[in-house]
Amino acid sequence: MKRRTFLHRASHALAAPAVMGSFGFTSSRRFSSFLRAQAESGKVLVLIYLQGGNDGLNTVIPLDQLSALNLVRPHVILPENKLLPISGTELAFHPALDGFSTLYKEGKLKIIQSVGYPEQNYSHFRSTDIWMSGSDSDQLVSSGWPGRYLNHEYPDYPEGFPNATDPDPLSIEIGYGSSMLFQGPATSMSMVLKDPTSFHELIDNVEEESPDTYAGDKLKHIRLTARQSQLYGEVVKQAANKVTSQQHYPDNNELAQQLKIVARLISGGLKTPLYMVRLGGFDTHAAQVMASDHTLGEHASLLADLDNAVKAFMNDIEFMGLGDNVLGMTFSEFGRRIISNASLGTDHGAAAPLFVFGNQVEKGVLGTNPVIPAAATFKDNLPWQFDFRQVYGSVLEQWFGMQLQDRASVLMSDFSTLPIIGEDVITAVRPDVEQSRLKVYPNPVAEMATIDFISSGAPMKIEAIDMLGRPVGHIFSGVLAHGNQSLQWNTRELPAGNYYVLMQSESTRRTVGVVKLN
Amino acid sequence: MPIDDQDPRSKERFQWIEKFRKVKPMILESPKTSAQHDATPRTRTREVTSGLEPYTGPWEEAQARHLLARTLFGIKKYELDHFKGLSAGEAVDKILTPSEPPPPPVNDYNGIEADAVDPNVKLGESWLQAPHGGDKEGYRVVSLKTWQIKNIIRQETNIHEKMILFWNNLLVTKVWDVYIAKASFHYYDMLRRNALGNYKSLIRELTLDPSMLIFLNGTKNAKGAPDENFGRELQELFCIGKGPGSKYTEGDVQAAARVLTGWGIDWTPYDNAGTFKAGFYADRHDDTDKQFSSFYNNKIITGNGANELDDLLDMIIGHEETSKYICRRLYSFFVYNDISETVEQNVIEPLAEIFRSNDYEITPVLRALFTSEHFYDPLNKGVLIKSPAEHLLGLWKTFDVKSSNENELPLNYIVRRSMHWHMANLGMEMGDPPNVAGWTPYYQAPQYDKAWITTDTITKRAITTDSLLYWGFWISSEIKINADIIGFVYKLDDPSNPSELLKESATLLLGLDLSDTVMNNLKSVLLSGQLNDAYWTTAWNDFKASPSDPNKKSIVQSRLQATFKQMLQLGEYHLM
Repeated sequence: MKRRTFLHRASHALAAPAVMGSFGFTSSRRFSSFLRAQAESGKVLVLIYLQGGNDGLNTVIPLDQLSALNLVRPHVILPENKLLPISGTELAFHPALDGFSTLYKEGKLKIIQSVGYPEQNYSHFRSTDIWMSGSDSDQLVSSGWPGRYLNHEYPDYPEGFPNATDPDPLSIEIGYGSSMLFQGPATSMSMVLKDPTSFHELIDNVEEESPDTYAGDKLKHIRLTARQSQLYGEVVKQAANKVTSQQHYPDNNELAQQLKIVARLISGGLKTPLYMVRLGGFDTHAAQVMASDHTLGEHASLLADLDNAVKAFMNDIEFMGLGDNVLGMTFSEFGRRIISNASLGTDHGAAAPLFVFGNQVEKGVLGTNPVIPAAATFKDNLPWQFDFRQVYGSVLEQWFGMQLQDRASVLMSDFSTLPIIGEDVITAVRPDVEQSRLKVYPNPVAEMATIDFISSGAPMKIEAIDMLGRPVGHIFSGVLAHGNQSLQWNTRELPAGNYYVLMQSESTRRTVGVVKLN
Repeated sequence: MPIDDQDPRSKERFQWIEKFRKVKPMILESPKTSAQHDATPRTRTREVTSGLEPYTGPWEEAQARHLLARTLFGIKKYELDHFKGLSAGEAVDKILTPSEPPPPPVNDYNGIEADAVDPNVKLGESWLQAPHGGDKEGYRVVSLKTWQIKNIIRQETNIHEKMILFWNNLLVTKVWDVYIAKASFHYYDMLRRNALGNYKSLIRELTLDPSMLIFLNGTKNAKGAPDENFGRELQELFCIGKGPGSKYTEGDVQAAARVLTGWGIDWTPYDNAGTFKAGFYADRHDDTDKQFSSFYNNKIITGNGANELDDLLDMIIGHEETSKYICRRLYSFFVYNDISETVEQNVIEPLAEIFRSNDYEITPVLRALFTSEHFYDPLNKGVLIKSPAEHLLGLWKTFDVKSSNENELPLNYIVRRSMHWHMANLGMEMGDPPNVAGWTPYYQAPQYDKAWITTDTITKRAITTDSLLYWGFWISSEIKINADIIGFVYKLDDPSNPSELLKESATLLLGLDLSDTVMNNLKSVLLSGQLNDAYWTTAWNDFKASPSDPNKKSIVQSRLQATFKQMLQLGEYHLM
């Protein structure tokens, strides 16, 4: 039996029946196969941290709010005729994001509007910790959500790692110093590559310069030994050396150079499923735009770097034939204030849009446009529509195939998920349950709807959720016999609007969009 | 008990020791020489040519730091502040002032595990007089070793503890080999009393030290069948050395061994209360004349019983080669390992002259060295690699790491036992150098202290620093001890200023100055990638204004953790 098949069966044999029960931390290694299964299938998540707080309102512009925006952020407002409209929506990209615009048209970019969390904290440090740890605003957690995820999958790490089964780093971050992101409950789960230079030093055996003294001689010895002791140095080097050509990446673009390394390592066969790269400088209190031309300035060049880097990365990954295996996601500790300031900048704010990109994303926009009060003052901030942990949970679920109760243990709560990955991809994770064929009719619906599906025979739950991912109506929970099933759903109490019907069981998740009429 | 070579120690002791000695002694070998690991210093490196002439340059932080780094285990902020305010002369005088003896070790182990019950000594009482503890003696042995660790982390600001390590490494006994804790205490106490005293007195006491008589078989050395062990090491390792001028012969080794016949110990205190003492047993002494080689001017020590000992030591120590050898060992321990022709001429020879003309007093030699132009040459900065003692105990001291209850004896024992075995894993088991020559990094050319750093030990060193900063230094599954990194930073001059915080911390912890690039990188970690220093300043001041607010504390703590993790993994951290 192939190992993956075995793990697959084992996980089913051991599956807990109480899917909808309480979600404590599971101590068993019951699902420890999943990440490895993913690694074998080559699924990779690349997190792009936009350091400093990205100005969401100048990144994805709600066109229906332009008159209010012109009033409240005159110092940074972008000229409408330069914006890149997003078809089928009342949104537009910043003019520097032409690559994102193309990705969107190709169905490879998902925009999630107004992502944030309750009781926004406006400190860079604290809010970064919240985003990286996945904690509540008032909760102190010193591990990162991917760190806990990896710890859940590899509870023994670092004892006995690397080994024949798991020869590669569990996660790689590029940046000086390890972030909280990959900090597990007891140990750091990442390999840190200081910067592209140190990566090239590693793979090319270049030495850091040491002074021409006896002390320099000792320093050189210590550094060489340290490099040789890098448990993962050799596998990273081997992976990198397998790749002899890559597509073009822009020079003088810090992020592009980092993503170039990530693409190289993925392509070289490294099974590492998680990467983090960073782009700094989004803290645009002043000179966010140029006075003479608001489409230029600090923010425009940062977005251009982001755009060019992601474009080059997607192009390279596609060229290597790995486009279907890679998912990217941006995050930033907060958005910026609704109103602008006289220094041609914006101050710390709250919710902001978040991007998920890759061949496998479910295209489109999640959420509604933010509403800009025409009389906004410095006290006003954008409310969140989606909790950032819903996004994390969705990625864990739909990209890494993680079970509901395990997600709840990693994220410390059971967050509703959002449709981020295309259906066929989600179900590919669990081929045995992909035939659930969820259908809702009539659609639009005014009163009673019929929900048809094929039950796997496992415990399951069906509920209605709104566009924010919040549960708005319980439909069914329990066990139904394997085979065709049909349920009646009374929608009379539900206000008019757009909803999803969400069907989930331990191992699958399906959604269907439904429009409720008056 | 009759006085003879009948060692009363049970053969079972090897199994008992096995139970206590959890870490197999590790000998750090020189790695294979390769293009990357050139073992010898590169020829392009510059050499320090200055000599013993008194240092006349400025006395500033850099000089004070260098003196403290070499003579202490880790530097505390207040120590550096105090020393940079002194003159060079005052600073060196203070460094060379010995400490009062610390309170002796006590039973701090009863009850730490089910069978930890000393048959003779109650918790909190001294075991220095007690009869041998048999299979429980190992608790006393560890108690002695952890007592040494305590003395180091609680050291006063002087060279005393460092000198004890210097002598321990040079005049080796191995505590587990002896397996009589009170005899080994006697040895340590002897090193402590003589650490900054007279070298001749030290060697005389060493020769008659009960644990040395046991360790190098002096107790078995009798006429008819002399045991040459001590007679050899006395010359090869303790006095003459193996320098280019060392030409003593095998005949000299045998003659010395014959002089030393008859010296032994009374084993009575093994099964009884009391302390071990050396004694001279004339019937075991070879009273014939001993002829030495031309290296010793063909000296003959005529048969004269116990009095021959002083003739022997005067002859050996009086040889010029001894003064040079000891000065070389001091130089390589405190300044730089590899001694060039130039250094031999400009430093070692004049230092040896001072040693001889001061009748082998140690302090004048150290004073001359520590006040010399040579010692403060910037090229000697950061040129030694921290031993596990300087790494672990030094960091412990600098960070002022505290266990939850400093006064609880068994807890202290458990904590320091853990530190002891951690050091052993790094290649330095306190009290038990791998062989009679000491720890290899202190003497093995050409690798010297580079041997402290292997792919294994550097990973473990990173685990020390990471665990102290993050999840706690592992003592047991219930006890993990963290460094109070906020407390450390709090005492700095200006912790609200990121650049000053880093600069001051680096001065205390690292052996070489960092480049601006590395400093900026560290700053970016402290600032979580933000570009404006004010974010740290605000966070720090907010914390300072409400230190009990867990939120504010967590913000500064998590950044300090990430920053110091990075700083302590720099190559410069391992230099001193």
